[in-house]
Amino acid sequence: MKWEIVIGLETHAQLSTASKMFSGASTAFGAAPNTQASAVDIALPGVLPVANRGAVERAIRFGLAIGGEKVINRRSVFARKNYFYPDLPKGYQISQYELPIVKGGEIRILTKSGEKAIRLTRAHLEEDTGKSLHEAFRDSSGIDLNRAGVPLLEIVSEPDMRSAEEAVAYARALHFLVVEEIEICDGNMQEGSFRCDANVSVRRPGGPLGTRAEIKNLNSFRFLERAIEFDAKRQIEILEDGGKIVQETRLYDSDRDETRSMRTKEEAHDYRYFPDPDLPPLVVTEEWIERIKQSMPESLRAQRDKIVELGLSIQQANQLTGSRNTSTFALPLLVDAPPKERPILANWILGPLSAKLNEENLDIKDSKVKPDLLRALSKRVSDGTVSNSSAMVEILPAMWNGEGSPDEIIEKRGLKQLSDAGAIEKIVDQVLAANPKQVEDYRAGKEKAFNSLVGQAMKATQGKANPGQVNEILKRKLAG
Amino acid sequence: MLNASLKELSAALAQKKISSAELTKLFLDRTSRLNRALNAFITVEAEKSLAQAHAADELIAKGEAKALTGIPVAHKDIFVTKGWRTTCGSKMLSNFVSPYDAYVIERFNDAGAVILGKTNMDEFAMGSSSETSFYGPVKNPWNQERVPGGSSGGSTAAIAARMAPAATGTDTGGSIRQPAALSGVSGLKPTYGLVSRYGMIAFASSLDQGGPIAKSAEDLALLLNVMAGFDGRDSTSVERASEDYRRDLDRPLAGLRVGVPKEHFGQGLASDVGKAIEAALAQLDKLGAKRVSISLPNSGLSVPAYYVIAPAEASANLSRFDGVRYGHRAKEYRDLADMYFRTRAEGFGAEVRRRILIGTYVLSHGYYDAYYLKAQKIRRLIADDFVAAFKQCDVIAGPTAPTAAFKIGAKAADPVQMYLNDIYTIPANLAGLPAMSIPCGFGKDDLPVGLHIVGNYFSEAKMLNLAHQYQKATDWHKREPAGIRP
Repeated sequence: MKWEIVIGLETHAQLSTASKMFSGASTAFGAAPNTQASAVDIALPGVLPVANRGAVERAIRFGLAIGGEKVINRRSVFARKNYFYPDLPKGYQISQYELPIVKGGEIRILTKSGEKAIRLTRAHLEEDTGKSLHEAFRDSSGIDLNRAGVPLLEIVSEPDMRSAEEAVAYARALHFLVVEEIEICDGNMQEGSFRCDANVSVRRPGGPLGTRAEIKNLNSFRFLERAIEFDAKRQIEILEDGGKIVQETRLYDSDRDETRSMRTKEEAHDYRYFPDPDLPPLVVTEEWIERIKQSMPESLRAQRDKIVELGLSIQQANQLTGSRNTSTFALPLLVDAPPKERPILANWILGPLSAKLNEENLDIKDSKVKPDLLRALSKRVSDGTVSNSSAMVEILPAMWNGEGSPDEIIEKRGLKQLSDAGAIEKIVDQVLAANPKQVEDYRAGKEKAFNSLVGQAMKATQGKANPGQVNEILKRKLAG
Repeated sequence: MLNASLKELSAALAQKKISSAELTKLFLDRTSRLNRALNAFITVEAEKSLAQAHAADELIAKGEAKALTGIPVAHKDIFVTKGWRTTCGSKMLSNFVSPYDAYVIERFNDAGAVILGKTNMDEFAMGSSSETSFYGPVKNPWNQERVPGGSSGGSTAAIAARMAPAATGTDTGGSIRQPAALSGVSGLKPTYGLVSRYGMIAFASSLDQGGPIAKSAEDLALLLNVMAGFDGRDSTSVERASEDYRRDLDRPLAGLRVGVPKEHFGQGLASDVGKAIEAALAQLDKLGAKRVSISLPNSGLSVPAYYVIAPAEASANLSRFDGVRYGHRAKEYRDLADMYFRTRAEGFGAEVRRRILIGTYVLSHGYYDAYYLKAQKIRRLIADDFVAAFKQCDVIAGPTAPTAAFKIGAKAADPVQMYLNDIYTIPANLAGLPAMSIPCGFGKDDLPVGLHIVGNYFSEAKMLNLAHQYQKATDWHKREPAGIRP
């Protein structure tokens, strides 16, 4: 008997605005408790919300990316979702209910059987709640309202995923979209900037949808995968034992790797949604959409294709556009460089530079070697001033350490390579004279002997000889 | 001085006939004598008021006086006031001292006014008699066995008893106009969005509007100049060019079309009130206005629609009073839910609890469409009635309230009777239109009657023109209650 797993995801992406959804307080993470809560955030008597334009624009960006103009509601409505909890200062959360800002659209994911479109139901703007701290105090709970009012985009998918793997692929694609492609969210899952809830049910293939469980608290892709796998298995076992699934909200416990019931449907709140009379309907004009469209960054897929057109491999192009910041660093550099320098630059970025960034845990936008310096160095390789290997092994690290421009470092360290044909010939003659055995071996057909001779010549010039020239001269002499 | 207009007070201050400190003290002294009887003020802090008055005197001395510099103004205790206790008439906020000023308070401070105190009101502005205040009922200065109307009854009583030359109020279903009528003073509810609601403790956000209360239309115009204006902190605040509401005061009324809605003269209107209104309309005729009979066919639906929409919004607006961050919290409780139950049961009075329950009910799953959505549709119909009416007339006139001031306690046990007191005033709130009430005579037992004037959107200057011309021809607004027993 086969079962099919059906999954839909609800994702909360924190929008990367400096101030909150309805107040001017800062959204920066990690401040001392309640230091970033304004009168509006703590819901003093008389305060009123004012919608954050930047948050709305980010939502529109999202709509344009997942479905274009047609999925953006020109008129959407903020509504109050009513319930009592100490970290919800107003006693209601401002969200969007009947009329969300984005309706429809899709996210394309790669699965084992090819590309698949996951349909989106909607995306709506809302404010986050504060945080209850139950562990830190004895006999009482602490409330931190720094997070209260932080802008969120809740993105709801259709139940289009059929495995934990597909759900993770969707979540990753969505994460990449909002963080790298359209830059509306910092994507930090530990800090709660990107959170997933999964609606999971099982059914017989082709049969009607089963009763679902909503699993909360999935703050990593791994937990998302584990929680779905656990809960699908749990549901299948219940059904195979002749039991029934109850609609409920479950919590994933990563320590025990299991889901546990939080509340059943009967215990669910009646949120008494109604349009917030403090906020007029959110009207999005055609001009506004057009302006946002113009301000959207070029898609990373398009930038990848450009890099391929510049003559680099698809694999390298994929890596160079793996994040917005890498692409922003690399693409103008590559476009600007002459064709023969492009592979050199690409190799440096993906090789030694990337290693340095990892070592010091830096983002490429904070790289200690800026694109213009990298370009200055590639020029010195292409004009033969230095060898690629000394550029990579010695000059790049020196630049990283702030020792100056490539020319200064070459000068200071005496790294200029020997390109004087006459001087190289002399050295080659000396090497040949000193190694009759290798010369004989080479002439007898042993290729290895040639490499040894090159090595000797390079050694004699302390690595400064142009290896290409050494090769060429050696070959000519040995043939002669 | 107690009977002087704001213009006269400003002149007296400018000419150094009196200082702001003396003027403020005059009203504070009168308040300290009369407030025990009338209970018009919840909070008076003479030192704070006098400090402001002294600062005002310095500005006057330097020749830097602004529109209201040195003039004492009483504020309804619904406007949060920095450093002042702001209770909204409730036990819930009996210990709440605001860390910020409401927009309206800011505007009066900027104009140089002196805060005379915080006036009593129905709890969270829910009431038409100023009886539901946790701080005790306000008495009507014309007859202390009677209510002054509500919810801004503290402000209207203070003006009537000459405890303040000017005051602020708020009007959700008639809360400026009905007490103005019952207390024999002038009050104006501006077009929705004209006065920012920032810092005005919300009752029903889509209906609430702050406005001035004073002795005359001329004073109202000056006060509205100070209160009106765009505020980016209120998303429903209207951005438009500022105007001088005094500009049309002296315009003759010749040719002005005054619409008289037949629905406001039917069953329920007390005959003594009807007579006074008829006389007032005749006076307008004499001034050259043209009387036009109009119909507002859906106005009968306004009370039921209002008592769905207002409680619905209130049920959410009042959720923040939960005992967690400020205000009253029950002393003992078992757990979080118990803390909420006890805090809110103790902190809110019966009328507030009733409206929260009604509001919660009409928004509940399965009832929303039948109540809330239906009420919103009625609201649209009522607004459409006015659109049609204003094709036939320039302003609408009629009674503000169906009766003159009733006895304290007379309607307390029957909420529907109480709610019907606002039958003529509620439609303007539902439509968002400006409306005002001015004294127009006396009914039975020498109790004041108010003439209700409703204008089209942003036509405050036109309404004030009509009211001022009427007040130039009559002296009802100059009468003051005799023999207040201190």
